[in-house]
Amino acid sequence: MLKIVYFAWVREAIGRDEEQIERPGPGSTVADLIALLVARGGGYAEALADSSRLRAAVDQRFVPIDSPIGDAREIALFPPVTGG
Amino acid sequence: MRRVAVQTEDFDVGAELAALEALGGGGVASFTGVVRGEGGLIALELEHYPAMTQAQVGRIVDEALARWPLLGVSVIHRYGRLEAGARIVFVGTASRHRTAALESCAFLIDWLKSEAPFWKKEHFAAGATAWVAARAEDEAKAKGWTG
Repeated sequence: MLKIVYFAWVREAIGRDEEQIERPGPGSTVADLIALLVARGGGYAEALADSSRLRAAVDQRFVPIDSPIGDAREIALFPPVTGG
Repeated sequence: MRRVAVQTEDFDVGAELAALEALGGGGVASFTGVVRGEGGLIALELEHYPAMTQAQVGRIVDEALARWPLLGVSVIHRYGRLEAGARIVFVGTASRHRTAALESCAFLIDWLKSEAPFWKKEHFAAGATAWVAARAEDEAKAKGWTG
């Protein structure tokens, strides 16, 4: 299983802050994972369909969306950050 | 001195500056970010990624320590609900050289804006809320420090 965490309006549109999903096949990227989630429709599609609005972290490190998931334990999906 | 704090509580700017001044470098620079109460905004709600925030802010601080000859760096970033006028973030740097103190302070706040996992939601008097959109200008500023 793979843990996914969501933040900000991604979290609100999906309606949960984290979940466990079946680990996608070997060689899958974060973009592949996003496509799987978008296929669920509803809030997932609303939040994740436009990946240009998304940023990701793999095991608490920012990565480009096309990065491999590898043997990661936690994927985070969120909008561009607005701290400071 | 290397201080990184991610907290809900307010902080004492005077005490933070005094700690940096006590390092004896002769130069201390700082930036304090405050919730801007304009356009009917009553509060900001800051969300963060707890498993990542402390480590990521630490990496940004380490980057500053590697680039400039600093005697001390303090970064404090609050989260949770912050009313208009409340302090959000503090960056302080101490050095023997004013350029190092000033430049590293500007670098740290620019990088915190685009490299630390925080998100701001605005709450308005009429009850409306809105997530703050990242500004391309902020991302460009952070990138301007690379290379």
